[in-house]
Amino acid sequence: MIDQQLRQILTDVLGLKPGQADGFTAETGLFGHLPELDSMAVAGLLTEIEDRLDILIDEDELDGELLESYGNLLSFCEKKLD
Amino acid sequence: MTNLLQYIEWMWDVRAEGALTADRGRAHRLLLVPALFDEANKLRRFSVEVMRHLDSKGIDSLLPDLPGCNESMAALASQSSSAWRAAMTAVAAQWGATHMLAIRGGALVAPALPGWALAPVKGASVLRQMLRARVLAAREAGRDESSEALLAAGMTAGLELAGYTLSSTFIKEFHNLEVEISSAITIIEQSTLGGPGLWLRAEPGEDPAQTAALASRICEGLAA
Repeated sequence: MIDQQLRQILTDVLGLKPGQADGFTAETGLFGHLPELDSMAVAGLLTEIEDRLDILIDEDELDGELLESYGNLLSFCEKKLD
Repeated sequence: MTNLLQYIEWMWDVRAEGALTADRGRAHRLLLVPALFDEANKLRRFSVEVMRHLDSKGIDSLLPDLPGCNESMAALASQSSSAWRAAMTAVAAQWGATHMLAIRGGALVAPALPGWALAPVKGASVLRQMLRARVLAAREAGRDESSEALLAAGMTAGLELAGYTLSSTFIKEFHNLEVEISSAITIIEQSTLGGPGLWLRAEPGEDPAQTAALASRICEGLAA
Protein backbone atom coordinates (compact mmCIF):
# COMPACT_ATOMS: atom_id res chain seq x y z
CA MET A 1 0.00 0.00 0.00
CA ILE A 2 2.62 2.52 1.13
CA ASP A 3 4.95 0.94 -1.38
CA GLN A 4 2.50 1.66 -4.21
CA GLN A 5 1.86 5.22 -3.02
CA LEU A 6 5.56 5.90 -2.78
CA ARG A 7 6.19 4.54 -6.27
CA GLN A 8 3.37 6.76 -7.57
CA ILE A 9 4.85 9.85 -5.89
CA LEU A 10 8.26 9.12 -7.45
CA THR A 11 6.55 8.58 -10.80
CA ASP A 12 4.89 12.01 -10.53
CA VAL A 13 8.02 13.81 -9.34
CA LEU A 14 10.41 12.19 -11.79
CA GLY A 15 7.93 12.23 -14.68
CA LEU A 16 8.31 8.48 -15.16
CA LYS A 17 6.16 6.48 -17.54
CA PRO A 18 3.39 4.44 -15.91
CA GLY A 19 4.85 1.21 -14.60
CA GLN A 20 8.46 2.36 -14.77
CA ALA A 21 8.70 2.75 -10.98
CA ASP A 22 7.58 -0.88 -10.58
CA GLY A 23 11.15 -1.76 -11.42
CA PHE A 24 12.53 0.04 -8.36
CA THR A 25 14.09 -2.34 -5.83
CA ALA A 26 15.19 -1.64 -2.27
CA GLU A 27 18.67 -1.01 -3.68
CA THR A 28 17.63 1.51 -6.35
CA GLY A 29 19.59 4.68 -5.65
CA LEU A 30 17.76 8.01 -5.32
CA PHE A 31 19.52 11.19 -4.14
CA GLY A 32 22.94 11.31 -5.76
CA HIS A 33 21.98 8.71 -8.38
CA LEU A 34 19.24 10.59 -10.19
CA PRO A 35 20.59 13.90 -11.51
CA GLU A 36 17.14 15.53 -11.55
CA LEU A 37 16.81 15.10 -7.77
CA ASP A 38 18.50 18.32 -6.62
CA SER A 39 17.76 19.92 -3.25
CA MET A 40 14.69 21.79 -4.56
CA ALA A 41 13.30 18.59 -6.08
CA VAL A 42 13.99 16.64 -2.90
CA ALA A 43 12.19 19.32 -0.87
CA GLY A 44 9.23 18.95 -3.24
CA LEU A 45 9.37 15.18 -3.00
CA LEU A 46 9.32 15.24 0.81
CA THR A 47 6.42 17.71 0.89
CA GLU A 48 4.44 15.50 -1.47
CA ILE A 49 5.17 12.42 0.64
CA GLU A 50 3.94 14.30 3.72
CA ASP A 51 0.75 15.39 1.96
CA ARG A 52 -0.18 12.03 0.48
CA LEU A 53 0.83 9.77 3.37
CA ASP A 54 -0.36 12.31 5.93
CA ILE A 55 2.88 12.25 7.90
CA LEU A 56 5.24 14.98 9.08
CA ILE A 57 8.94 14.62 8.38
CA ASP A 58 11.06 16.39 10.95
CA GLU A 59 14.16 18.21 9.76
CA ASP A 60 16.31 16.17 12.15
CA GLU A 61 15.23 13.06 10.28
CA LEU A 62 16.63 14.32 6.99
CA ASP A 63 19.98 12.64 6.80
CA GLY A 64 21.93 11.35 3.84
CA GLU A 65 20.73 7.79 4.37
CA LEU A 66 17.03 8.57 4.09
CA LEU A 67 17.17 9.19 0.35
CA GLU A 68 20.13 7.00 -0.44
CA SER A 69 17.95 4.20 -1.76
CA TYR A 70 14.34 3.40 -2.44
CA GLY A 71 14.43 0.78 0.34
CA ASN A 72 15.57 3.32 2.93
CA LEU A 73 12.85 5.79 1.98
CA LEU A 74 10.19 3.06 2.06
CA SER A 75 11.18 1.69 5.46
CA PHE A 76 11.33 5.25 6.84
CA CYS A 77 7.75 5.93 5.68
CA GLU A 78 6.54 2.56 6.98
CA LYS A 79 8.00 3.29 10.41
CA LYS A 80 6.37 6.72 10.41
CA LEU A 81 2.96 5.18 9.78
CA ASP A 82 3.33 2.43 12.38
CA MET B 1 -6.44 30.58 -37.47
CA THR B 2 -2.79 30.92 -36.51
CA ASN B 3 -1.71 31.15 -32.92
CA LEU B 4 -0.46 34.64 -32.25
CA LEU B 5 1.40 35.14 -29.00
CA GLN B 6 3.06 38.49 -28.50
CA TYR B 7 5.05 40.29 -25.86
CA ILE B 8 3.56 43.57 -24.72
CA GLU B 9 4.49 46.05 -22.02
CA TRP B 10 2.42 47.40 -19.17
CA MET B 11 3.29 50.11 -16.67
CA TRP B 12 3.88 49.46 -13.02
CA ASP B 13 5.60 51.73 -10.54
CA VAL B 14 8.23 53.62 -12.56
CA ARG B 15 8.93 51.05 -15.25
CA ALA B 16 7.52 48.91 -17.97
CA GLU B 17 6.87 45.27 -17.16
CA GLY B 18 6.37 42.53 -19.71
CA ALA B 19 3.54 40.18 -20.49
CA LEU B 20 2.83 37.49 -23.04
CA THR B 21 -0.53 37.88 -24.71
CA ALA B 22 -2.90 36.33 -27.19
CA ASP B 23 -5.15 39.30 -27.95
CA ARG B 24 -7.61 39.57 -30.83
CA GLY B 25 -9.88 42.08 -29.10
CA ARG B 26 -12.52 39.53 -28.15
CA ALA B 27 -15.15 39.78 -25.42
CA HIS B 28 -13.61 37.32 -22.95
CA ARG B 29 -10.23 38.47 -21.67
CA LEU B 30 -8.49 36.19 -19.17
CA LEU B 31 -5.60 37.30 -16.99
CA LEU B 32 -3.31 34.42 -15.93
CA VAL B 33 -1.66 35.10 -12.57
CA PRO B 34 1.50 32.99 -12.74
CA ALA B 35 2.65 30.43 -10.19
CA LEU B 36 5.40 31.62 -7.84
CA PHE B 37 9.17 31.09 -7.80
CA ASP B 38 10.39 27.68 -8.93
CA GLU B 39 6.86 26.57 -9.77
CA ALA B 40 6.57 29.48 -12.21
CA ASN B 41 9.41 27.96 -14.25
CA LYS B 42 7.95 24.47 -14.14
CA LEU B 43 4.49 25.70 -15.12
CA ARG B 44 5.49 28.32 -17.71
CA ARG B 45 5.08 26.04 -20.69
CA PHE B 46 1.86 24.66 -19.25
CA SER B 47 0.55 28.22 -18.81
CA VAL B 48 1.48 29.22 -22.36
CA GLU B 49 -0.08 26.07 -23.79
CA VAL B 50 -3.31 26.93 -21.95
CA MET B 51 -3.18 30.36 -23.65
CA ARG B 52 -2.84 28.73 -27.08
CA HIS B 53 -5.85 26.52 -26.37
CA LEU B 54 -7.90 29.46 -25.15
CA ASP B 55 -6.93 31.47 -28.22
CA SER B 56 -8.19 28.72 -30.51
CA LYS B 57 -11.45 28.69 -28.52
CA GLY B 58 -11.99 32.43 -28.94
CA ILE B 59 -10.69 33.70 -25.60
CA ASP B 60 -7.99 36.37 -25.24
CA SER B 61 -5.42 35.90 -22.51
CA LEU B 62 -2.52 37.67 -20.84
CA LEU B 63 0.36 36.23 -18.80
CA PRO B 64 2.23 39.08 -17.07
CA ASP B 65 5.52 38.84 -15.21
CA LEU B 66 5.27 39.48 -11.50
CA PRO B 67 7.54 42.48 -10.75
CA GLY B 68 10.99 41.13 -9.83
CA CYS B 69 10.36 37.78 -11.54
CA ASN B 70 10.96 36.29 -14.98
CA GLU B 71 12.03 39.12 -17.38
CA SER B 72 11.18 41.94 -14.96
CA MET B 73 13.90 44.53 -14.32
CA ALA B 74 12.48 45.40 -10.88
CA ALA B 75 14.37 44.18 -7.81
CA LEU B 76 12.80 41.11 -6.24
CA ALA B 77 14.12 42.23 -2.84
CA SER B 78 11.85 45.29 -2.94
CA GLN B 79 8.67 43.29 -3.63
CA SER B 80 5.94 42.15 -1.27
CA SER B 81 2.82 40.09 -1.79
CA SER B 82 0.63 43.17 -1.38
CA ALA B 83 2.71 44.94 -4.06
CA TRP B 84 2.28 41.93 -6.34
CA ARG B 85 -1.47 41.96 -5.81
CA ALA B 86 -1.54 45.69 -6.59
CA ALA B 87 0.53 45.08 -9.74
CA MET B 88 -1.81 42.30 -10.91
CA THR B 89 -4.78 44.59 -10.24
CA ALA B 90 -3.08 47.32 -12.29
CA VAL B 91 -2.29 45.08 -15.26
CA ALA B 92 -5.83 43.67 -15.19
CA ALA B 93 -7.20 47.21 -15.48
CA GLN B 94 -4.70 48.34 -18.14
CA TRP B 95 -5.36 45.33 -20.34
CA GLY B 96 -9.10 45.22 -19.61
CA ALA B 97 -9.25 41.70 -18.17
CA THR B 98 -12.75 40.32 -17.61
CA HIS B 99 -11.70 37.14 -15.75
CA MET B 100 -8.63 35.61 -14.18
CA LEU B 101 -6.99 32.23 -13.79
CA ALA B 102 -4.61 32.08 -10.82
CA ILE B 103 -2.13 29.24 -10.90
CA ARG B 104 -0.99 27.68 -7.58
CA GLY B 105 0.59 30.43 -5.43
CA GLY B 106 -0.63 33.02 -7.94
CA ALA B 107 -3.96 32.78 -6.11
CA LEU B 108 -2.27 34.52 -3.16
CA VAL B 109 -1.72 37.69 -5.20
CA ALA B 110 -4.68 37.55 -7.60
CA PRO B 111 -6.77 40.66 -8.31
CA ALA B 112 -10.47 40.85 -7.45
CA LEU B 113 -11.85 39.44 -10.69
CA PRO B 114 -14.18 36.50 -11.25
CA GLY B 115 -12.47 33.35 -12.40
CA TRP B 116 -10.57 30.26 -11.37
CA ALA B 117 -7.79 29.17 -9.03
CA LEU B 118 -5.84 26.09 -10.08
CA ALA B 119 -4.63 24.04 -7.08
CA PRO B 120 -4.15 27.07 -4.80
CA VAL B 121 -1.50 26.84 -2.10
CA LYS B 122 -0.79 28.68 1.17
CA GLY B 123 2.11 31.08 1.51
CA ALA B 124 3.42 29.08 4.47
CA SER B 125 3.58 25.92 2.31
CA VAL B 126 5.52 27.68 -0.45
CA LEU B 127 7.98 29.10 2.09
CA ARG B 128 8.32 25.79 3.91
CA GLN B 129 9.42 23.99 0.77
CA MET B 130 11.94 26.70 -0.11
CA LEU B 131 13.31 26.67 3.43
CA ARG B 132 13.65 22.92 3.29
CA ALA B 133 15.50 23.08 -0.03
CA ARG B 134 17.93 25.55 1.53
CA VAL B 135 18.45 23.35 4.60
CA LEU B 136 19.08 20.30 2.40
CA ALA B 137 21.56 22.19 0.21
CA ALA B 138 23.35 23.47 3.34
CA ARG B 139 23.63 19.95 4.75
CA GLU B 140 25.16 18.73 1.52
CA ALA B 141 27.71 21.51 1.87
CA GLY B 142 28.38 20.46 5.47
CA ARG B 143 26.56 23.38 7.13
CA ASP B 144 23.83 22.89 9.68
CA GLU B 145 20.84 25.17 9.23
CA SER B 146 17.26 24.85 10.43
CA SER B 147 14.08 26.13 8.83
CA GLU B 148 12.91 27.61 12.11
CA ALA B 149 16.05 29.67 12.66
CA LEU B 150 16.17 30.73 9.00
CA LEU B 151 12.55 31.88 9.07
CA ALA B 152 13.11 33.87 12.27
CA ALA B 153 16.20 35.52 10.76
CA GLY B 154 14.34 36.17 7.49
CA MET B 155 11.57 38.00 9.29
CA THR B 156 14.01 40.57 10.61
CA ALA B 157 16.72 40.76 7.95
CA GLY B 158 15.32 39.12 4.80
CA LEU B 159 16.56 35.85 3.34
CA GLU B 160 17.82 34.23 0.17
CA LEU B 161 15.86 31.07 -0.57
CA ALA B 162 16.51 28.84 -3.57
CA GLY B 163 18.18 31.78 -5.32
CA TYR B 164 15.35 34.22 -4.58
CA THR B 165 16.23 37.24 -2.45
CA LEU B 166 13.23 38.02 -0.27
CA SER B 167 12.87 41.03 2.02
CA SER B 168 11.81 40.79 5.66
CA THR B 169 8.55 42.53 4.65
CA PHE B 170 7.93 39.87 2.02
CA ILE B 171 8.57 37.00 4.40
CA LYS B 172 6.45 38.45 7.21
CA GLU B 173 3.48 39.03 4.87
CA PHE B 174 3.86 35.86 2.88
CA HIS B 175 4.25 33.53 5.84
CA ASN B 176 0.66 34.19 6.95
CA LEU B 177 -0.86 34.55 3.52
CA GLU B 178 -3.82 32.35 2.64
CA VAL B 179 -5.95 32.32 -0.47
CA GLU B 180 -9.16 34.29 -0.14
CA ILE B 181 -11.76 32.54 -2.21
CA SER B 182 -14.80 34.67 -3.00
CA SER B 183 -17.97 33.28 -4.51
CA ALA B 184 -16.76 34.57 -7.88
CA ILE B 185 -13.81 32.15 -7.83
CA THR B 186 -14.01 28.47 -8.73
CA ILE B 187 -11.26 26.25 -7.39
CA ILE B 188 -9.99 23.70 -9.90
CA GLU B 189 -8.45 20.72 -8.13
CA GLN B 190 -5.46 19.21 -9.86
CA SER B 191 -7.00 15.72 -9.63
CA THR B 192 -9.77 16.82 -12.01
CA LEU B 193 -7.27 17.52 -14.82
CA GLY B 194 -6.41 13.87 -15.27
CA GLY B 195 -2.80 13.80 -14.12
CA PRO B 196 -0.31 14.87 -11.46
CA GLY B 197 0.61 18.54 -11.18
CA LEU B 198 3.49 19.49 -13.43
CA TRP B 199 4.97 21.60 -10.61
CA LEU B 200 5.85 18.31 -8.89
CA ARG B 201 8.23 17.37 -11.64
CA ALA B 202 11.91 17.56 -10.84
CA GLU B 203 12.37 18.67 -14.46
CA PRO B 204 9.83 20.86 -16.27
CA GLY B 205 7.47 18.80 -18.40
CA GLU B 206 4.23 19.12 -20.31
CA ASP B 207 0.95 17.29 -20.59
CA PRO B 208 -1.29 18.20 -23.53
CA ALA B 209 -4.28 16.36 -22.03
CA GLN B 210 -4.14 18.45 -18.83
CA THR B 211 -3.77 21.68 -20.79
CA ALA B 212 -6.80 20.83 -22.92
CA ALA B 213 -8.83 19.83 -19.84
CA LEU B 214 -8.09 23.13 -18.10
CA ALA B 215 -8.90 25.23 -21.18
CA SER B 216 -12.18 23.33 -21.59
CA ARG B 217 -13.17 23.98 -17.98
CA ILE B 218 -12.62 27.71 -18.50
CA CYS B 219 -14.56 27.75 -21.76
CA GLU B 220 -17.48 25.93 -20.15
CA GLY B 221 -17.39 28.37 -17.25
CA LEU B 222 -17.44 31.38 -19.54
CA ALA B 223 -20.29 29.94 -21.60
CA ALA B 224 -22.41 29.18 -18.51
